[in-house]
Amino acid sequence: MIPTPSQTVGPFFSLGLDWPDGPYAVADDVPGAIWLRGRIVDGAGDPVPEGMIEIWQADPAGRFAHPDDPRGSAATPGFRGFARCGTDPDGRYAVRTVKPGPVPGDGELFQAPHIDVSVFARGLLDRLVTRVYFADEPAGNAADPVLAVVDPERRSTLLAQPGPDGYTFDIILQGDHETVFFAV
Amino acid sequence: MTYRHPDPAQWPPLAWDAYGSTVLRAPKRPLVALPHRLTELTGPLLGEGRLGPLDHDLTRQHDGEPIGQRIEVFGRVLDGDGRPVPNTLLEVWQTNAAGRYAHSADNHAAPLDPNFSGVGRCLTDDQGDYTFTTIKPGSYPWRNHPNAWRPAHIHFSLFGRAFPQRLVTQMYFPDDPLFFQDPIFNAIHDPAARQRLVSAFDYDRTAPEWSQAYRFDIVLRGRDATPMEQP
Repeated sequence: MIPTPSQTVGPFFSLGLDWPDGPYAVADDVPGAIWLRGRIVDGAGDPVPEGMIEIWQADPAGRFAHPDDPRGSAATPGFRGFARCGTDPDGRYAVRTVKPGPVPGDGELFQAPHIDVSVFARGLLDRLVTRVYFADEPAGNAADPVLAVVDPERRSTLLAQPGPDGYTFDIILQGDHETVFFAV
Repeated sequence: MTYRHPDPAQWPPLAWDAYGSTVLRAPKRPLVALPHRLTELTGPLLGEGRLGPLDHDLTRQHDGEPIGQRIEVFGRVLDGDGRPVPNTLLEVWQTNAAGRYAHSADNHAAPLDPNFSGVGRCLTDDQGDYTFTTIKPGSYPWRNHPNAWRPAHIHFSLFGRAFPQRLVTQMYFPDDPLFFQDPIFNAIHDPAARQRLVSAFDYDRTAPEWSQAYRFDIVLRGRDATPMEQP
């Protein structure tokens, strides 16, 4: 059967997709909770104010809140592993989460801690998919099978930078420092 | 086990000059292939806790009745192998009957309807079936090209069971006279795939003296290496 084609989320997606608890992948008071913040910027360097991101990730033990995780569903209390946040007039988003643990990759290899991200906006006929890795995980990142196939000059676009209460990850849709986007 | 990738002929391109907003937003670099590992073979399962009691009936969310033609929109959510996708969250949003969104930034010179928010949610049942009641949306102008009008549509958002199945799409109505000039609809090259976005009027499902009905079946991506599909 032919899959139903994708269409743009339109300018007013926030009517249907804005949830009060949307930005919280974990309960706010979970130990180790952090903020992941950033901006979405277009090819002219202008903010994308009516965009939205969604994240999907493992818990600190590397487990997903999903029955198909063969090791069993995530055990961290209050962990959903999913969050969504619209962007403000400056293109900014912020989601509350925990840093994931390493996740099984290919065979015996582990993937470095990472978060899958979907980007939606007017003008995107399909979501864009990228991954957040963490700049303070150099050993894991060096062995990661996904980063290994990314042009070394572009890998830095996938690294979130640590800050006082979490990490910063900007998403550049187009241009010289364009974020690496993935075909899933 | 991984999920199949969409056929480019049946899927809109990211860069589509006729839709002006893609020009500065579509990446210039090719997408990097991401083989499906555990992060992609799972995905958010969002269920009952997300639904309010009247989320499935957009005509009963306010004290008064909204203006417009009452319709039931219903259908089945399947994967590309024909299997129902049960208990998956479906979110919808749309304009009112006059073609205006209940959003502070929509300044189209059409009336707002105090009895219509245009937001709904439901879950598919065990068989993948869903239904909600709403008002037929209106078309509206936008500034993409001279005299540009969006065909009437309802926005849909679905998750499926795994990250690659995530889908945001739009449902259109049969015989809309505005299809020919709409670059969002026409970004899908294959005419048959494009028609998958057009709902079907279903006379048998109309509720006498109450509502008309449109069927919109949605197919999420299927899995690779499905034995029954091997030649």
